[in-house]
Amino acid sequence: MIDALFQPFIEFAFMRRALVGCLIISMTAPPIGVFLVLRRMSLMGDAMGHAILPGAAIGYLLAGLSLFAMSLGGFAAGLAVALAAGLVARSTVLREDASLAGFYLVSLALGVMLISVRGSNVDLLHMLFGTVLALDDAALILIAAIATVSLTALAVIYRPLVLECFDPQFLRSVSPLSSTTHLLFLVLVVLNLVAGFQALGTLMAVGIMLLPAVAARFWAEDVAGMIGVAVGAAFVASFTGLLLSYHADVPTGPAVILCCGAFYFLSMLVGVKGGVIWGLMPRKHLEA
Amino acid sequence: MRAAKASAPAISFHDLTLGYDRHPAVHHITGDIARGDLLAIVGPNGAGKSTLLKAIVGELKPLSGSLDLHGLTKRDIAYLPQVIEIDRSFPISVFDCVAMGLWRKIGAWRGLGRRGREEVVQALETVGLAALANRPVGSLSGGQFQRVLFARLLLQDASVILLDEPFRAIDTKTVEELVTLIERWHGEGRTVLAALHDIDQVRAHFPKVLLLAREVVAWGDTKKVLTPASLAKSRQLTEAFDAHAHICERDEEAEREIA
Repeated sequence: MIDALFQPFIEFAFMRRALVGCLIISMTAPPIGVFLVLRRMSLMGDAMGHAILPGAAIGYLLAGLSLFAMSLGGFAAGLAVALAAGLVARSTVLREDASLAGFYLVSLALGVMLISVRGSNVDLLHMLFGTVLALDDAALILIAAIATVSLTALAVIYRPLVLECFDPQFLRSVSPLSSTTHLLFLVLVVLNLVAGFQALGTLMAVGIMLLPAVAARFWAEDVAGMIGVAVGAAFVASFTGLLLSYHADVPTGPAVILCCGAFYFLSMLVGVKGGVIWGLMPRKHLEA
Repeated sequence: MRAAKASAPAISFHDLTLGYDRHPAVHHITGDIARGDLLAIVGPNGAGKSTLLKAIVGELKPLSGSLDLHGLTKRDIAYLPQVIEIDRSFPISVFDCVAMGLWRKIGAWRGLGRRGREEVVQALETVGLAALANRPVGSLSGGQFQRVLFARLLLQDASVILLDEPFRAIDTKTVEELVTLIERWHGEGRTVLAALHDIDQVRAHFPKVLLLAREVVAWGDTKKVLTPASLAKSRQLTEAFDAHAHICERDEEAEREIA
């Protein structure tokens, strides 16, 4: 039993790398996801995930399977879509979700077109679903660097960001940091998606960002608690997902995300803060 | 120091016109709000009360005319808006929510400290919510939440306080407590502006009134302003938003005079 848990990681270097990569992402992406959920921008994370595709594709077309080119391209494309959507929302009648939907759909279509014009479908699958079992040193360093920058930045903007989610009007009335905070946060979202996209692919990167965060709401009643739960859940899901993929011989990215999904369903059922099961059990009410 | 400056204006309007997309919501306001004034802004729906407060905090740029804050900055003005964008399902405790009122002192990075914590507890005690400090804000009733917002205003320690319909859907007892708080602010020499509907309440507690109906109907001591005649005049306000409104003639006249 113990063997089944640790033997794959002891025996194979690629499994160790995959584990390290997933754990780093689990440290940095879920806290960002918590803020996306709290800002009611959960679906925006998904849209952004699609938006980085054409940039990565352009990087791929120009430089082949170059990690640096694809990451840079993805980052640039994601940032461009996020900023353009934010700008349109702040200066026209469109709301941010609507303007983002407009931009990301164009971006996604462009990405798919670029990849299929020059590449084969195998490339497209790699890009969409990642190559967690083929993480090299460069990729690990990139992910770790992004995690470092991202967690530091998050610590710096933590208070204004909480306020920007909870009561943006108040933040605007006491401080000029409102727009800066919002923009920095968008940059962090894109950065983390780029990090996740190395390992898990564009679609799955969003999963590890959001699923633990959504589930965390069922366990904690404050932001710090939610972040803790989300990171812990992502750790466990990464570990079990990799094991599942090894023993059952299923693709790794989806296995990790499905483990996150399992935690989400479990939380929804038995989470101590509003899980379904507690509502079904009749308990006598308190005096006050 | 405050007493010496008591008659100096805190906020001045010079032929100020405010509105949305060229349509004025309230136009041609001229006058001064003195430091330490306790002023009620009264008028029917659509009279421009909220618009005026929004302009003072800087959320709305004037269509024409100007507004002089006499050196007051954003940080000197505390504002309780009517339509609150607050997400009440947000996982944050009453204590943390109120503590944000100390932003002026702690900013984005400094810690609250023991003194800050005591100030927060004191503010919560003032509004009678000390027992609920650790509850999430989502579990409060509407009236309790309004008191939380007042506690936050208390900590903001601003010299100008703007309240937009602060007593909506609040029971009489809570209103009385909050009015006491407003009178305390007045006693401390702060300038307080409140947009209100309840005329009897204004008569009882507010020494000065600005009666608005898309323009100034009357402005001054409460007894002189709240006469049946001026109230009737303010009620005649046409709320209709005229999509084909003509260019305001008063501007044209003024331009002609200058020419």
